[in-house]
Amino acid sequence: MATRSTALPARAARPRKSAGLWSDAFGRLRKNRLALVGLGLVTLLLFTGLFGPLLAPWSYSFQDLKSVAAGGGGPLPPLAYGHLLGTDQLGRDLFSRLLDGARISVSVAFVVQLVILTIGVPIGALAGWFGGRLDNALMRFTDIIYAFPDLLFIILLTVVFRETFFGRAMDGLLIVFVAIGLTSWVTVARLVRGQLLALKETEFVEAARAIGVTDRKIVTKHLLPNGIGPIIVAVTLGIPGAILAESTLAYIGIGVQPPRASWGSLIAEGQKYVRAEPHLVLFPAIAIAVALISFTFLGDGLRDALDPKLKGKQ
Amino acid sequence: MAHSDERTSRLDAPTIVEVAPTDARRVTTPTKVGLGDRPKVDKLLSVRDLSTHFFTPDGVVQAVDDVNFELGYGETLGLVGESGCGKSVTALSIARLVPNPPGRIVSGEIVFDGIDMLRLGDDDMRQLRGKEIGFIFQDPLTSLNPTLTIGYQIGESIRQHMNLPQKAANDRVVELLSKVGIPRAKDRLNDYPHQFSGGMRQRVMIAIALSCDPKLLLADEPTTALDVTIQAQILELIQTLSQEFHTAVLLITHDLGIAAGMCDRVNVMYAGRIVETGTVDELFEQPRMPYAWGLLDSLPRLDDVRGDRLRTIEGLPPLLIQPPNACRFEPRCRFSRDICREQEPALTLRENPLHLARCWATEPDGWIA
Amino acid sequence: MISYVARRVLWIIPVLFAVSIITFTLMHSVPGGPWDREKKLPAAVQSRLNAQYGLDQPLYAQYINWASAFVTGDLGPSYRYTDRRVNDIVADGLPTTVHLGVMAFLLAILVGIPLGILAALGHNKWPDYLSTSVSIIGISTPSFVLGILLIVFFSVQLGWFPTGQWRGPEYWVLPTVALAGFPIAVIARYTRASMLEVTRKDYVRTAHSKGIKNESVVSRHMIRNALIPVVTILGPTLAFLVTGSFIIERIFNIPGVGQFYINSIYTRDYSLLMAMTMLYAFAVAFLNVVVDVLYAYIDPRIRYS
Repeated sequence: MATRSTALPARAARPRKSAGLWSDAFGRLRKNRLALVGLGLVTLLLFTGLFGPLLAPWSYSFQDLKSVAAGGGGPLPPLAYGHLLGTDQLGRDLFSRLLDGARISVSVAFVVQLVILTIGVPIGALAGWFGGRLDNALMRFTDIIYAFPDLLFIILLTVVFRETFFGRAMDGLLIVFVAIGLTSWVTVARLVRGQLLALKETEFVEAARAIGVTDRKIVTKHLLPNGIGPIIVAVTLGIPGAILAESTLAYIGIGVQPPRASWGSLIAEGQKYVRAEPHLVLFPAIAIAVALISFTFLGDGLRDALDPKLKGKQ
Repeated sequence: MAHSDERTSRLDAPTIVEVAPTDARRVTTPTKVGLGDRPKVDKLLSVRDLSTHFFTPDGVVQAVDDVNFELGYGETLGLVGESGCGKSVTALSIARLVPNPPGRIVSGEIVFDGIDMLRLGDDDMRQLRGKEIGFIFQDPLTSLNPTLTIGYQIGESIRQHMNLPQKAANDRVVELLSKVGIPRAKDRLNDYPHQFSGGMRQRVMIAIALSCDPKLLLADEPTTALDVTIQAQILELIQTLSQEFHTAVLLITHDLGIAAGMCDRVNVMYAGRIVETGTVDELFEQPRMPYAWGLLDSLPRLDDVRGDRLRTIEGLPPLLIQPPNACRFEPRCRFSRDICREQEPALTLRENPLHLARCWATEPDGWIA
Repeated sequence: MISYVARRVLWIIPVLFAVSIITFTLMHSVPGGPWDREKKLPAAVQSRLNAQYGLDQPLYAQYINWASAFVTGDLGPSYRYTDRRVNDIVADGLPTTVHLGVMAFLLAILVGIPLGILAALGHNKWPDYLSTSVSIIGISTPSFVLGILLIVFFSVQLGWFPTGQWRGPEYWVLPTVALAGFPIAVIARYTRASMLEVTRKDYVRTAHSKGIKNESVVSRHMIRNALIPVVTILGPTLAFLVTGSFIIERIFNIPGVGQFYINSIYTRDYSLLMAMTMLYAFAVAFLNVVVDVLYAYIDPRIRYS
C-alpha cells in the first residue's frame, strides 16, 4: 500500500522546482570547475580561430629576414625584435603563425564534426529505426570502415585528389578534413543507432504511434531531441581526436601546405632547432595540448551534466 | 476508525534555511570498546536518540532525528513509513553502513547485545556485521555481485566469520541454500546471480544474511522489488527462519499489510521521526495519530464502492533540511490546531502501556477522543 | 559462445576483402605509376616493365592476380625495391614493429590500470591528483611531440638513452614510452571512472554488510567488476597502437614495417601498399575480435546466457 499521497493535489507544496533536462544539466555544468575551465579555453580558442588574423601582428607568411640577419641568422628567440614568441629561421613570427594554426584547428573541429554528423547520424538513424536487415547491412558496412587503417586512407585520398580542385581547397585542408571525417563517423553512427533502438521501444513512442504520428515525425520531433545529449557529448569528445589527427598528418607533411602553419607542421619545422631554440617546438606543442585538454574537459563536463542517472538529483 | 469526510488541505511549504555543516553535533569518536565481555541486557537492540544527518551541498538533511526504540531477542519489529521517511537510514545506522560522506551518525546511542555500537572500533564493528547482524537489501539483482558465483558469495561470510574447515563450510552453504528453498542446491553453487529469478535471488540474499546465524536481521523492504505472488513466499521464509533460529528481525516496509502479517510490534516513521509505536493489534485497531489513520484509510477495502476515488493523504512529506519545531505532519493534517504549528509533540503514552503516539490531538487532554 | 567466436572470426574475411578492393581502387586512382623517378624512364622501358609486372592488364584482372597470390601467402614483388619480394620486406620489419607494439601495450595496461584504481580509491586525495595529472599530460601530448620531447630531454640532454634504432633493451625504452603515453592516459581515466562507479554499487554495500575486510572488498568485488568495461576500450587502444606505431618508428628511426606504410603510397609500390594495408586492417580487425571475445568471456552474464 504505498501512501498514495503523491497523487495530484492542487496546491501541493513542492519543495523544489523540478527544472527541465537542459536547465538541470546547465546547473550541474556550472558547478563543475574543470568543465568551466574547458569551456573558457574552448571559447578562447574559437575566438582566436575566428579573429586570429585580425589580431596577428604579422601575416603568417611574412618573412622578417632583416631581423633574422640582425639576430645572427637563426630563428629568433621570444621577445626579440618585437616578435612576442620569436620567429623561425625565415623570420616568420611564431605568434602569428600560432594564430593561423588556431584557425586551422578550429576549422578541423567544425568541418570534421560536420562530416561526421552528416554521414553518421542518418546512417545510425536508419539502422536504429528500421532495424532488421538494413541495420545488419549498415553495421557490416561500419565494420569495414572501422577496420580500415585511417591514416592510409586519408593519405591515399589526399594523394588521389591532390591535383583536383577538391584537393586544393582551403590550402589542401578541406580534403584532409573530409578524409578524417570519413574515417571517424562510425562512433556517432553507432551511438545514434543505439539511442534509437532503446527509445524505439519506450512507451511514449507507442503512444505517439497510436495516435497516428508518422514515423519520420516521431524520429525528428521526439527521439532526436531526447537522444541528442549523448551526441553532443560524442561530438565534443571527438574533436580532440580530429585535432590530433590533423596535427599528426601535418607533422608528416600531409594536408596543410606551407606557408600556412598548422601546429603540427610548426613542430615539424621547428624540430631541427629544438636544442637551441626550443620555443619553436614548445609553443605549438602547448597550443595543441591546450586545445586537446579544453575540449576533453568540456566534453567530460557535458557528459556528467547530461547523465540521465543524475537527472533530478542536486 | 473510518474517517471519510471531505479533506481540506492546508499546505504551507516549510521555509528552508540552510545549515552549515559545522552545526552538526559530533558524536564521540569510537574508541576500542571490545566485543568480548558484554553486560547482560534484556533487550537485544536499544536505540536511543539516534540522529543521522546527511551533509549535502544544499544543506544538512536530518534524515533520522532522535529516534528511540527497542527490539527484544527473537522479536519481529516493523518499521513502517513512506519513501524518504528515514527508515532505511535507521537500519543502515544500526549496522553503521551509512555512506560517509555525506552521511554521519551525529548523536545517539545504539546498544546491541550489551555492546555500545557507536563507540566500537571499526574492526570490531566489521566483525559484528555478517556474524551477528545480517542485512537483507531491497533489490536482489543489484545487491549481488554479478561476477561471483552465489556459492562463493554465501560462503564469503562463513569463511570470514566462522572458523570452519573447507568441507564443513561448503556443506553449510549447501544446507543454507536448501533451507531457503532453492531446489537442487548442490548443483547451483557455481551459478551466477543472473541465472536465478528475482525470488530466488532474494532467497540467496536471505541465505547470505543468515549464514552465520546472526542475532539480528535487518530486512530493508525485502519484497518491494518482487512480484506480488513471490512476496508472500519470501516473507513466509523470513518468518519461518527467524522463528527457527530465534533471530530478531527489524522489518522495514512501506506496506502496512506486510507489517501486519509479520510483526509483533510496529513503529511508524514520518519525516525522520517515529510518530507512533505499538503492538500490531493496537495500531491497527486503535491508531492514535492522523498519519496512521491516513495510511490505514488509504488501503483499498473490499467493501469500497467501485468508482470512488482512492483515498489519499494530500500533500508531500517535508524537506528534512532544518525542519521547524512543529509537528512535521501538520501541513497535511486536517485536525491540526495552532499548537501543532508552534511546538512539536513528543512521543507520549496512550491507553495501552506499549502504545505511544506523537500527536497533540490524541493526547489524553487533546481534542480528539 | 563458440559460435559467437567463430562468427566473429569468420567475419574478418569479408571485411578484409572489402578493404582490399577499396584500397586497390584508390591506389590505382593515384596519378603516376611505380616507375616514376626523378629522371623519367623512356616509354619503351616503362611499357616493358608494365607488361612484365602485369600492369597493362585491365584492373579487375590485376586485382584477381593479386588476390589469388595473396591468399596463398604470396605478397608479390616490391615495385620499388625491385630485387626484393614483399614477403621478405615484411618478414624483416614485422617482428620489430610487433615487438614495439606489444611492449607499449603492456606498459599501457600495467601502468594505466593501477593508476586508475589508485586514483579511484584515493578519490580527491593525492593519488587521484597524480593520476589525473598523468592522464591530462597523456591525452594532450600527441605521440610525436612526446617522442621529440623524450629524445631531447632523456637522450640528448641527459644521455641516458640512445636517440634511435632498435638494437637492444636501452633502445626500447623511449619509443615504448612515447607510444604508450596516450593509451596510458586513456586507460587510467577509464579505469578510474569505472572504479568510482563500482564504488556506488549495491553489491559493494552488501559485501560490507557481510563484514568483509576492506581490502577484500576492493580486490574481490570492486576491481573485477570495474575492469570489465575497461576491456571495451582495449580495442581502440590496440588499433591506436597499430596505426600509431609508424610515426614512432619514423621519429626513432626504428626498422619496422612502419616506414613502408606511408612511403609505399608515394613510391606507388602497389604490392607493398596492398600488403601494408591488409596487414594493418587484419591486425585491427583481429585484435578487435579478441577484445570482444575476451569481454564476453570475463562477464559471466554474457558467458552463461
